[in-house]
Amino acid sequence: MKTEKILTKYSHIKDYHKIDTYIKYDGYKSIQKVFELGQKEVIDTLIASQLRGRGGAGFSTGMKWSFIVNKPFPRYLAINADEGEPGTFKDRSIMRNSPHLLLEGIIVACLTLEIEIAYIYIRGEFVEEANILEKAIEEARVKGFIGKDVAKSGKKVEIWVHRGAGAYVCGEETALINSIEGKKGQPRLKPPFPAEVGIFGKPTIVNNVETIANVPYILMNGAQKFLEIGIPKNGGTRLIGISGHVNQPGIYELPMGFSFKESIYSVAGGVLNGKKLKAVIPGGSSTPVLLPEEIENLTLDFDSIQGAGSMMGSGGIIVISEGTCMVKTLLTLEEFYAHESCGQCTPCREGVPWIRDIVERIEFGHGKERDLDKILSICDNMMGNTICALADAAAMPAKSFIQKFKSEFEDHIKMKKCPFNLKN
Amino acid sequence: MGLEFSKKSIDKIKETLSKYPEKEASLLPILHIAQEQFSFISQDVIELVALTLDINSSRVKEVATFYTMYNKKSVGKYHIQLCKNISCSLRGSSQIKEQLEKILNIKVGETTSDGKFTLNTVECLGACGTAPVMQINDKYYESLTPENLKAIIDSLN
Repeated sequence: MKTEKILTKYSHIKDYHKIDTYIKYDGYKSIQKVFELGQKEVIDTLIASQLRGRGGAGFSTGMKWSFIVNKPFPRYLAINADEGEPGTFKDRSIMRNSPHLLLEGIIVACLTLEIEIAYIYIRGEFVEEANILEKAIEEARVKGFIGKDVAKSGKKVEIWVHRGAGAYVCGEETALINSIEGKKGQPRLKPPFPAEVGIFGKPTIVNNVETIANVPYILMNGAQKFLEIGIPKNGGTRLIGISGHVNQPGIYELPMGFSFKESIYSVAGGVLNGKKLKAVIPGGSSTPVLLPEEIENLTLDFDSIQGAGSMMGSGGIIVISEGTCMVKTLLTLEEFYAHESCGQCTPCREGVPWIRDIVERIEFGHGKERDLDKILSICDNMMGNTICALADAAAMPAKSFIQKFKSEFEDHIKMKKCPFNLKN
Repeated sequence: MGLEFSKKSIDKIKETLSKYPEKEASLLPILHIAQEQFSFISQDVIELVALTLDINSSRVKEVATFYTMYNKKSVGKYHIQLCKNISCSLRGSSQIKEQLEKILNIKVGETTSDGKFTLNTVECLGACGTAPVMQINDKYYESLTPENLKAIIDSLN
């Protein structure tokens, strides 16, 4: 397996966030490549690279781009930098360390798809990162990569930073579009998909930060070289964020297909305080929890993790060591989803707070025997019955926690207290 | 009412309006600008923003109340927002919360009597690799420990 780095190759270099240093390390070269290759070949290259979206869903980026080529003008590009799924903190590292890599990818996308305005939708809390991006945009404007005449081609590309204001649901692409339009961030029914009806009712592509940051490498090195990193159908690298009970939490760029176990025990320095591993949430808080034996032969790629009944999602691995109460951990997650439900669909608005309330009473010793079946039935009534996937995101951890740690939930109910909390 | 945007805010609003083909798209950024100037989004601020964008104040209110970052009531000079979600809680954010309550002598949701600190907990700040994490106004404070927490608060006091 080739272990070349795509996104963090130079990010340790001093001043890499500044344009002169970025250009010195081959930055902004892929813009010229777009003019050489032309629209069709750029999209064909992306499709051939099998680049899959890094936001969570893993859809083919090249296919997504191809949906917009015959659509009317103006068209828009929205970059999803609303990183908000607990356990996910990878896009922040790109924006902080390599803002120009993101901008280069955006400019390439705009030139290829004949888009003149791109909005970077960044979560509102990331004020520092928004400022870094603004500064980088200004630098790129001075160098002529952004503005009315990109690289003297006569083409216009503007990039604006649009700050969110604290709503997880805006990471869903149609909620994000509503939020850019100045509305409540509530998801829209699909179809029509954004490629037909997006920002201001115009054709729109929505790509994740990490996805778009891969584009310059693919154009410069070709689809084949990208595919050679990683494993078949899962080319390239992933920015894996490891958090929770590990000795060295952080962001690590690993080739697709890397050993899951090794990422925890070797890359992230092993489980904190030498404890035993109890559980792993593999791809952001919404993805079904896995037991230690389930990650034994797992690899870090879409297909392998899906085969184990979970998802690679956003690449945020949350490590949980022995001695942690899984009921309390689930409560923490359900509090999040109950807080973030946008209120539009009844199953989610009513169901998620209901699950939270039941988990809460189990944790505090007031659970009833029938509560576990009740939670599972609420989950079944939510999943697939709402406009967006937030209800599923809340249901998947609830279902998998109960399924895999059932006796722990039952102990809470029988003992009428949390066995892990010595205070009560 | 009688509220007005400052010259600085007006300049920022003008710049913001130029970024969008439809002016209502400026609503979120303008609410951020308004909050920077007035510290929270009161009914008067809602009216002012509505007037500025020439839209109904109920439109402004539905947006201002949907997004949690727009403060609905006044906050202290330093608004402490401690993350309590999964990665932070696994790394001890509840101890950090207890310690903050002790140092500041307030509970979550309250403001110190001198109006200097407001303490709130929030859902995931997106910096899970350096948990536990808190945000004070615009700035992140990461890898919190009981030791560095006290130093951070002391530096602001």
